[in-house]
Amino acid sequence: MALLEVKDLKVRVEEREILHGLTLTVNEGQVHAIMGPNGSGKSTLSHVIAGKPGYEVTGGQILFRGEDLLEMSPDVRAAKGVFLAFQYPVEIPGVATMTFLRTALNAQRKARGESEYSTPDFLKKVREVSKSLGIPQDMLKRGVNVGFSGGEKKRNEVLQMALFEPSLCILDEMDSGLDIDALRIAADGVNALRSPERAMVVITHYQRLLNYIVPDVVHVMSKGRVVKSGGKELALELEASGYAQFEDAA
Amino acid sequence: MNVAVAKTGKGRAVSDLFTSAEARLPGSPDVIAVRREAFETYERLGLPHRRIEEWKYTDLRALVGEVLPLAASPDGAALKRAAEAVKAHAIAGASKLVLVDGVFAADLSDVKALATEAGFKTLREILDSEANPAASDLLQTVATDAVISLNAAMATDGVVVTIADGAQLSAPIQLIHVATATGASAFTRSHLRIGKGARATIVESFVAAGKTSGYHVNDAVVLWISDDADVAHIRLMDDAPDAVNITSQFVTVGANTKLNFFNMTTGAAVSRLQGFITLAGEGSELSANGVNLLQKTEHGDTTLVVDHAVPNCTSREIFRAVIDERAHSVFQGRIIVRPDAQKTDGKMMTRALLLSDEAEADNKPELEIFADDVSCGHGATAGALDESLLFYLKARGLPEKQAQALLIQAFVGEAIEQIADDGLREHVIGMAERWLERRS
Repeated sequence: MALLEVKDLKVRVEEREILHGLTLTVNEGQVHAIMGPNGSGKSTLSHVIAGKPGYEVTGGQILFRGEDLLEMSPDVRAAKGVFLAFQYPVEIPGVATMTFLRTALNAQRKARGESEYSTPDFLKKVREVSKSLGIPQDMLKRGVNVGFSGGEKKRNEVLQMALFEPSLCILDEMDSGLDIDALRIAADGVNALRSPERAMVVITHYQRLLNYIVPDVVHVMSKGRVVKSGGKELALELEASGYAQFEDAA
Repeated sequence: MNVAVAKTGKGRAVSDLFTSAEARLPGSPDVIAVRREAFETYERLGLPHRRIEEWKYTDLRALVGEVLPLAASPDGAALKRAAEAVKAHAIAGASKLVLVDGVFAADLSDVKALATEAGFKTLREILDSEANPAASDLLQTVATDAVISLNAAMATDGVVVTIADGAQLSAPIQLIHVATATGASAFTRSHLRIGKGARATIVESFVAAGKTSGYHVNDAVVLWISDDADVAHIRLMDDAPDAVNITSQFVTVGANTKLNFFNMTTGAAVSRLQGFITLAGEGSELSANGVNLLQKTEHGDTTLVVDHAVPNCTSREIFRAVIDERAHSVFQGRIIVRPDAQKTDGKMMTRALLLSDEAEADNKPELEIFADDVSCGHGATAGALDESLLFYLKARGLPEKQAQALLIQAFVGEAIEQIADDGLREHVIGMAERWLERRS
């Protein structure tokens, strides 16, 4: 059984159809890249998979390990192993990062019927992961993402990914707003999480990110559909020739 | 509408109440004369209603209707029930002073421990003392405010605490008001006098014993703080969900003094805290903050008048209201800057979080500035929880209620953070968490 199956998905936002029948299958252990021009529906797909309100699914389905994802609330999807790394992680003043991380991790574990992490185990794990991502400890005491740089916010997303150990990671424009050093640190963090049990969907406008996170499969999206799929060489091809050739195909 | 007729009915009910209570009210004949006068003022005015500007949003005639009879003095069984409530709400290490149904309960209080650090008497013993010609001053009132007049007329007891010049109190003094009498009123008045250079923490708690319900509390506090003092004053009103709590505070602050005040409302169907704080000495700093947590059809009113009477004082006010279901929050904040009070720095910020479409918030900030070299400002916002923040938390696995709770805690956090003492701050956070758990 595939980990994620998106079948003929049609999605509207305020009466305007954004996805016109998108189909995508992701298996465990795979890294898929979804590339496409602005407005092709890449971020919409990631939001609908995570359960963001404001999107109306008018057709098709999304199956996660064979279960209907669209019937689940966002927190249930998270507990089942779906993780969206936000393009623009929000700032939450007044909620300390450490409190947030522990509350979220334990909420997921509770939903799965697992025991809550003990505080020493949790702290040990957070320290290990944050160290490898170059996140200073005092950052974890601050409000979630409050005063974080663009790179720090993305590293915080990767930190959560490492802590929550999801089986499906969707990275929405992880490279936006990052300089090359920040991108390398974040990408190294993501690569460390690649495993045979975990799949990743990397959404990006530019090929640059895929030099750091090398995909198994590349899809090109245009006007709300996947118009071409191929191996990692497809990304290089796009870099050379641009998206224009697919505008007509869609 | 014939106002006089509307008032007569309420007036007569209280008149009977006063007559029947009079024999139980402490005081020498002089004191009783003062009470009668105060009671006549109340009778003339009746309960405050919406046509009285200061009570526009808290119409007690509509919300409360009648004043309940005076609670009986607590018997042994009542004191036993009160003891359990005291145990549940006591702050670790504090010197407790307990008033049960408006009567001081010596056996539940730490009078001996307190005696080493402060002077203590009950209001009752001072009022009853023939030798004290100034006793009736303790029942001073404001002729235009009916609830304060009613308090002066009916106050059965209270605490009178004197903290000496230079005293550095090692532990908080916690004044706990416990209600054990269902369907009755308690009237209390306390006086706290804090000496020059003294340092003290005063906590006031309002609680119900067990399932005590449908009672009224009318409390008054007179807090007088001398120069160079450092005072934390925390009020935690967690009365029964169908109780009424009307509290009036009169605070006078001397020179170069710091006063950090915090109020939290987590209980009562109808409540009003009206505070009148006068900065009477130069160079003082007032930090006045509060959180109202309201649900069901609760009505919570915080009315604060900060009077900058002299130059060079600072006041900071941070108030937060969380309003669920059909609850109604009122915040009226007035800053007065007298003609001489140059270099006044006064800021007031109030924010309301509306958790339902039927929740209501009224914000009425007022600046009355008569000096020309001052810095004063106020801000007010009202809104719902931020959907993008809620989604982020849910996408990380927090169920809706838990995500809301985390954001609500963050929202009230800015006010709660103003409490300097770690232990007290944690106590207040714990109360807010229990309120969140009670949300249906």
